[in-house]
Amino acid sequence: MIAEKYFNAALLGGLALIAFWAYGADEPFTITLLTKVTILALAGVGLNIALGQGGLISLGHAVFFGIGGYAMGILASHAQSYQPMTLGPWMIEGTKSMPVIWLTAMVSAGLVALSIGLVSLRTNGVYFIMITLAFGQMFYYFSISWPAYGGEDGLSIYVRNSFPGLNTLDPIQFFGITFALLLLALLFHAALVRSPFGLALNAARQSPERVKTVGLNPFRLQLAAFVISGVITGLAGALFADLNRFVSPTMFSWQLSGEIMVFVILGGTARLCGPVAGAAMFIALEHWLGGLSEYWHIYLGLLLLAVVLFAPGGLIGIVTRREAAHD
Amino acid sequence: MTFVLFAEQVLNGVQLGVMLFLMASGLTLVFGVMGLINLAHGSLYMVGAFAAAGVAAATGSFLLALCAALAAAAAAGAIVEMLVIRRLYARDHLDQVLATFALILIFSEGTRWVFGSFPLYLNVPAYLAGPVTLPGGIQYPLYRLFLIVVGLAIAGGLYLMIARTRLGIQIRAGEADREMIAALGVDISRLYTIVFALGAALAGLAGALVGTIQSVQVGMGEPVLILAFVVIVIGGIGSIKGALVGALLVGLTDTLGGVLLPRIFATFMDNSGATSAGSAVASMLIYLLMAAVLFLRPRGLFGGAA
Amino acid sequence: MTDPVIETRGLCKRFGALEASRDVTLDLRAGEIHAVIGPNGAGKSTLISQICGGIKPDSGQVWLAGRDVTAWDVAARARAGIARTFQISALAMQDTVLQNALLGALGASGRWLGLFRPALGHTDLRDQALAALERTGLADHAAMPTGELSHGQRRQLEIAIALTLAPQAFVMDEPMAGLGIEGSREITALLDGLRAEAPVLLVEHDMDAVFALADRISVLVYGQIIATGTVSEIRANPEVRAAYLGDLA
Repeated sequence: MIAEKYFNAALLGGLALIAFWAYGADEPFTITLLTKVTILALAGVGLNIALGQGGLISLGHAVFFGIGGYAMGILASHAQSYQPMTLGPWMIEGTKSMPVIWLTAMVSAGLVALSIGLVSLRTNGVYFIMITLAFGQMFYYFSISWPAYGGEDGLSIYVRNSFPGLNTLDPIQFFGITFALLLLALLFHAALVRSPFGLALNAARQSPERVKTVGLNPFRLQLAAFVISGVITGLAGALFADLNRFVSPTMFSWQLSGEIMVFVILGGTARLCGPVAGAAMFIALEHWLGGLSEYWHIYLGLLLLAVVLFAPGGLIGIVTRREAAHD
Repeated sequence: MTFVLFAEQVLNGVQLGVMLFLMASGLTLVFGVMGLINLAHGSLYMVGAFAAAGVAAATGSFLLALCAALAAAAAAGAIVEMLVIRRLYARDHLDQVLATFALILIFSEGTRWVFGSFPLYLNVPAYLAGPVTLPGGIQYPLYRLFLIVVGLAIAGGLYLMIARTRLGIQIRAGEADREMIAALGVDISRLYTIVFALGAALAGLAGALVGTIQSVQVGMGEPVLILAFVVIVIGGIGSIKGALVGALLVGLTDTLGGVLLPRIFATFMDNSGATSAGSAVASMLIYLLMAAVLFLRPRGLFGGAA
Repeated sequence: MTDPVIETRGLCKRFGALEASRDVTLDLRAGEIHAVIGPNGAGKSTLISQICGGIKPDSGQVWLAGRDVTAWDVAARARAGIARTFQISALAMQDTVLQNALLGALGASGRWLGLFRPALGHTDLRDQALAALERTGLADHAAMPTGELSHGQRRQLEIAIALTLAPQAFVMDEPMAGLGIEGSREITALLDGLRAEAPVLLVEHDMDAVFALADRISVLVYGQIIATGTVSEIRANPEVRAAYLGDLA
């Protein structure tokens, strides 16, 4: 476990160091890539709570990512058009303030996770996988066929949203925001794993019968985990939309759900920094292999297949095992 | 809405339903017998469509194209089963999901590499083109009618195969008790390959048949795959009857919802608002149906007890 | 007279053609160990599941300390004071022994929602868990992953978790299954001291243990209780001898 701790420190420190190097060397594109890694890792941290701790194989986490994205897109589009949103008797002003947008994204994603969880957690196993995948597709088609916010074409936001005291248009400052949020989420995850809730959730994954016989309700534990998971992935979605200044139905797509899961697995399921390692590896592959071949997804597929068949512990599993062998 | 238009939409719904059944029956067989969730089933659908488009372009024969779709998908299925899938039977569902997700990436990008990103087109053969007049004065495209007939014929054939043949007995035994079929002296790994290839062939056939009324392109399989999942969740995993009922329910709900909801919304909204709101809600209808079924019967309409 | 701690009234349960419970009425009184014995397939596990809430009876009721709990689920009955141990250990195998025991203390305390203080930082719960491990002889293994425990140690951990619940009644499903003579003797000694805390409903195949421990015995055959009585009454009962005990007694 000590080896994993060092690996985590090296990984996070490395991300921050490369960002500062890129800042010094005036390479804003590299900073943007790192910001993307950070945000996708945050989405993975969200899924890791449901998947790694709760054992809930959600193939629909793009829903929460997309909800976060659209929360940002809708609020910011009303702000940039100076037209308030009418919701029945209420008029809601748009906003360009990140904290307000984040809060909205997290609450909306949490509510959606609560409703999806209430239905899908009545089942388990393959049913759960297929149902979460199906709900993802529902949001995808809905976002395409609902014309108010761009439909299939998506929504563009002209200027990045603002954060008090910072210039978010400066890549390194925006990276700093996302990195700080990732660290917070990781700290939260670490606390959760050790907490009574985490203990009970872990036990519910391994033996639901045991959890019931000590007087706890596995359904409620898993529902709470699913909601927490959705909230974090929703926050990542809002940041991702802000990074691109663009939201579209592809944020809801099943491919994205699959990719978020791939980050978690490539890095190592249930490991604290698994999603960070996985997202970093994914973006690195996309960048390098994508430069070599237009069809880099083939290699990604082969790699993923190899990891699943031959290295179930993921990247961190491989690295920490080697380090342990040196002792 | 006139009766004729309504009847036409019902037929469209049935047509979508039987095509979904071809997908769902393979998925549900593979799950029932081998306990495997296969996300790459949509890729086999795509393989069938591309094989058909390729052969049709080369030979001009629709019948040959269909045979090619069946053969290519079955072969792809058998190869994938032997190389990858059989290593997954003993794994948990998460590994199965990831490995078959990886297969989607490989199949999709491989197909894009070979055929390019532009959609291909399969033409309806002359002898199936044009409308026919059905009783009640309904003008309906002959080709879609053909799809319905083929789909129902296959459903019947599948039923007979499972009820009457030796393979069917082995499949049912496998669903009931995996250890038992080994005791019966059945070569399990051969049985698994056959079942997987059979499911793949059905998917490939569906791809070729539907490819004629839509375009043939990379990524065409996954939306159908997800609809087939909805079918299975509604019908109950492992049940062929559930797959048929679920497929028809989903087909009819999707088709009729898309036509009727905007009209219903128009009774209390202005026209353009009703069209957009109606079609947006219609796009969610089958998923809401799924949620409703789950709420009442978490194991689906024909699923066994927990 | 005070209410029995656990009482079943006319439980009936059918699985298709199989009648797993036929009008089962029995009670567990304060201070006693009440053993339920019977041949395989007599319906002992079904009876335990109905008492603990995993299976709903077709008819009949389950009462806990004077309250009808028939409609309650497993978790609610556990909170009301039923501590069950499993025949086939149901433990969180990837967690440590202490974490498993702590889970019991957590469940009993109702403080599972805490997110920010580590579970091990709740010293009162931790002490409870450690005390239970101490009593079951597992204190030295507290930090060990549960999956590495021997079969016998898993049985002990099952009992330790039940202890952390500080229950109204223990319901134990074959706690000695698969143990050797030595292991059975240890568990027997442990259970012997337990009845002072809370009565034990004991389903067990090990007749030596049953005869050594039980204050009363009920004999279940084909889903039906054919006799209830003290050890000597059951030993002497001709029906029981014919149906079940054979030469054993």
